[in-house]
Amino acid sequence: MTGPRFDFDKPGKYIGQPTKRGDTKRLLRGRGKYVDDLTLPRMLHAAFLRSPVAHGKILSIDITEAKKVNGVIRIFKGSDFIDVVKPYVGVLSHLAGLRSPPQMPIAIDRVLWQGEPVAMVVATSRAIAEDAVSLIEMDLEELPAATNMETALDKEEPIIHSEYDSNLSWERTVDVGDVEEVYKRDDVTIVEKQFRFGRHTGVPLEARSIIANYDPSENQLDVYYSGQAPHMMQNIYSKHLNIPEENVRVISQDVGGAFGIKIHTYGDEFAATAVAKIMERPIKFIADRYESFMTDIHARDHVVNGKMAVSKDGKILAIEFSDITGIGPFSMYPRTSAIEANQILNLTGGPYVVPNYRANSRVVFQNKNMMCQYRAVGHPVAMAICDGLVEEAAAAINMDSVELRKLNLIKDNAYPTTTASGLKLDDLSHHKAINKLVEMMDYEKLKDENNKLRNEGVHRGIGFVSMIEITNPSPAFYGVGGAHIASQDGATIRLGAGGGIHVSSSVTEQGQGTNAILAQIAADVFGVNIDMVQVTTGDTKTTPYGGGAWASRGAGIGGEAVYLAAEALKDQVLDIASVMLQSKPEDLNISDGNVVDIGSDDNRISLSDLARTVYYRGNELPSDMPLELIATRHYRVTDMPFVFTNAAMAAHIELDVETGIIKVLNFWAVEDCGRVINPMLVDEQIRGGVVQGIGSALYEECLYSDEGQLLNVTLADYLVPMAAEMPEIHVAHIETPTKTSVLGAKGAGEAGTGGAPAAIINAVNNALRPLGVTNFQIPMTPNRMLETLKAANFK
Amino acid sequence: MADTRTITVNVNGEVHTNTINVRKNLIDYLRDDLGFTGSHVGCEHGVCGACTLDINGETVRSCLMLAVQADGTAITTIEGLADNGVAGDLKKSFAEKNALQCGYCTPGMLASAIEYINAGGNADKDKIRRHISGNYCRCTGYQAIVEAIYSVAENGGN
Ligand code: FES
Ligand code: FES
Repeated sequence: MTGPRFDFDKPGKYIGQPTKRGDTKRLLRGRGKYVDDLTLPRMLHAAFLRSPVAHGKILSIDITEAKKVNGVIRIFKGSDFIDVVKPYVGVLSHLAGLRSPPQMPIAIDRVLWQGEPVAMVVATSRAIAEDAVSLIEMDLEELPAATNMETALDKEEPIIHSEYDSNLSWERTVDVGDVEEVYKRDDVTIVEKQFRFGRHTGVPLEARSIIANYDPSENQLDVYYSGQAPHMMQNIYSKHLNIPEENVRVISQDVGGAFGIKIHTYGDEFAATAVAKIMERPIKFIADRYESFMTDIHARDHVVNGKMAVSKDGKILAIEFSDITGIGPFSMYPRTSAIEANQILNLTGGPYVVPNYRANSRVVFQNKNMMCQYRAVGHPVAMAICDGLVEEAAAAINMDSVELRKLNLIKDNAYPTTTASGLKLDDLSHHKAINKLVEMMDYEKLKDENNKLRNEGVHRGIGFVSMIEITNPSPAFYGVGGAHIASQDGATIRLGAGGGIHVSSSVTEQGQGTNAILAQIAADVFGVNIDMVQVTTGDTKTTPYGGGAWASRGAGIGGEAVYLAAEALKDQVLDIASVMLQSKPEDLNISDGNVVDIGSDDNRISLSDLARTVYYRGNELPSDMPLELIATRHYRVTDMPFVFTNAAMAAHIELDVETGIIKVLNFWAVEDCGRVINPMLVDEQIRGGVVQGIGSALYEECLYSDEGQLLNVTLADYLVPMAAEMPEIHVAHIETPTKTSVLGAKGAGEAGTGGAPAAIINAVNNALRPLGVTNFQIPMTPNRMLETLKAANFK
Repeated sequence: MADTRTITVNVNGEVHTNTINVRKNLIDYLRDDLGFTGSHVGCEHGVCGACTLDINGETVRSCLMLAVQADGTAITTIEGLADNGVAGDLKKSFAEKNALQCGYCTPGMLASAIEYINAGGNADKDKIRRHISGNYCRCTGYQAIVEAIYSVAENGGN
């Protein structure tokens, strides 16, 4: 363990300050560079014919009429890719037993979900390509589909992959302590609930977008990609299109939101890239909103039967649950579709001391769109199960739920420790967080108010969650399982002749403000004004090798690499300066763009003079003097599999018992993400995450018919939160830096999405309980609420 | 071909005359034919507001309008917004409050914000929230956007 350092919080520094993002200048003038803004010479456009059914045999595809459309250049079917694309399989060795058959970009003889690509038209414009798609005649024999995950393992259900004995993809059980012994005791209270989590999706405002270009003269593939992990995609294209990795360049410039949606291998994008290689010219594919809903990965379809045992005095004695989740017909490549279930098993109960824990999850194939990792993977489910049961248990033994939490939350001075599931925890602050939260929201007063209003027929509720979040992952997440996914990141910083520095980093920017915080760190540590810092991210050709943006790692891992590189560059500069100035390096420092004497702060030489001497007038320096003014450093977490953060959140809601509509009146979040590099960016990250969490709890659901038809594919009928429905979200911080790094920063991007659903569910049930009913199904739509309220006792 | 027509539009002060397919949306014409890629497409069905811009002083969703319907009009896209006045104040305020993350909703959000201030909208957070509820933002929690507009409204709009 290295750090943390505590001398950053000085006036005039950038770390810890609400520094404005440099990128906003461009974006506020319409100068962004999103994929669809780019046009390449001789570029063609792709559109896809997609399966209209959940399961079917392709009898024939007739492209005669489609080919006649003026502007159509070529039409591809699934079989056209057999010699070009090596099939891909979404399994990882550390998820023992996980199985999934090989996939190809476009269906060949069988379709397995509605929306699966079956043919691809390449034309001079997207409109023409779409015209042609509508003229393709496809003859399909519909096959019986297994769509319902809860029955997918039943004997009567069709088995989707005949090579397997069932629709089971993966199963894992965790069994710690002895839950059965606890149940036998007569002094325990047991609560049981079923939790149902709706399928929803990320809905980045910019849909998935790609332009691929291939130059046969150099065997060079360039891919402009709206995504999160350029180096991962470089490896995948190389491996599956048989092009040396060095000859694949993946560039991601401005990305219009991603949230985990844009980190997977999608058939349509893969096909577009393969066709660029086949046709040796640029191909653009931009998903429309309809395609986004149908084919962007979905997440969180889980049904969980949960149980908690508490003692009379409110000690949690046992947690048990069984979970089933349907992932679509394949496990997604390369991150797999078992990670969410695995996280739920790992995380549930993580904030608390849980002596006995038994949990099982089954991951099943079904004929629906695929599920995979979306922001806060597994967290919303894990937190809702545990904290939902906490509130139920508190109600059952007549204890305030905050009291029950305080009795059971791991003590702030008890670290390092482990979760019931065995994960290592350190540097957390549950008690500080919940105490601050309760104070911030004036809990006692709010409770009194709610009680008073209830007598007047106004039904308000308060709900809490205490949570942990996985951030800064080590190779334990994917690398150990054989995935070519980097968990380390690198940064190169060089001094320019003008005295400014250029940072190039392997983490990526999708609006979080990554570039801004990297600039803050570099400016502070190296010693220049932030206007003298340029940052490049998102290009496999010009940045060090690294993982990109996933699992909240930009600040903690990418930021630490920048810290280390800035220190190294500073050492180089001071070594050279010491020779030029006949001083000792340890007597010099860099401040505001100048080499200065430590102590007096007297300017000795400006960085630009120093750089110009090195670059243009090397004759003035000793011949054995190293000339490097560029440093690269990589960083990975070594002491822990993950660096956890914690948070406490609360929601205040009002339920209209006439209409079933839930209004969120207020929301509070106290978050401990270690050192906060930029509070302004972190706060709005948390708010954005909370809003996505509220969306999932109240509005968002991908609705399928029994036959596997997705029923809501527009933004008019898949409801996302808009400004008027959202409350003020009050954010506060506890800063417990992680000891795994010098900066001490942990991740913050996913906490809101991971915690908000539980807080909302708990708040609604807090309003419902006095009426004698509860509901643990999200989204909590007005209809579901009215259904629940039918059994309510209003007296 | 019978399904083309020639139109003339003034975009950000530049006059453009083009012969275009009658079925082309205004947003596609601006982006693909004229290269004004600052306006974005989020849904193509009039819900998300990413394509919102100003036509003859009216705030319009350019994915719901055909380019031929814009014949003879003056259009302002985000590229044409001034750095002073209401637009300039809002841009400054958006940057200061971090009212954008990925920036994809920003062109439409700014167009709606300008409309709010120009219509004399006051410093009232609920009203601001209602006004921008035709603009979807997936990244922020809306709060920073509301505060950015609020602070401009508070200073009298200009
Ligand atoms: S693109 Fe026009 S409203 Fe969404
Ligand atoms: S900033 Fe990304 S959609 Fe608003």
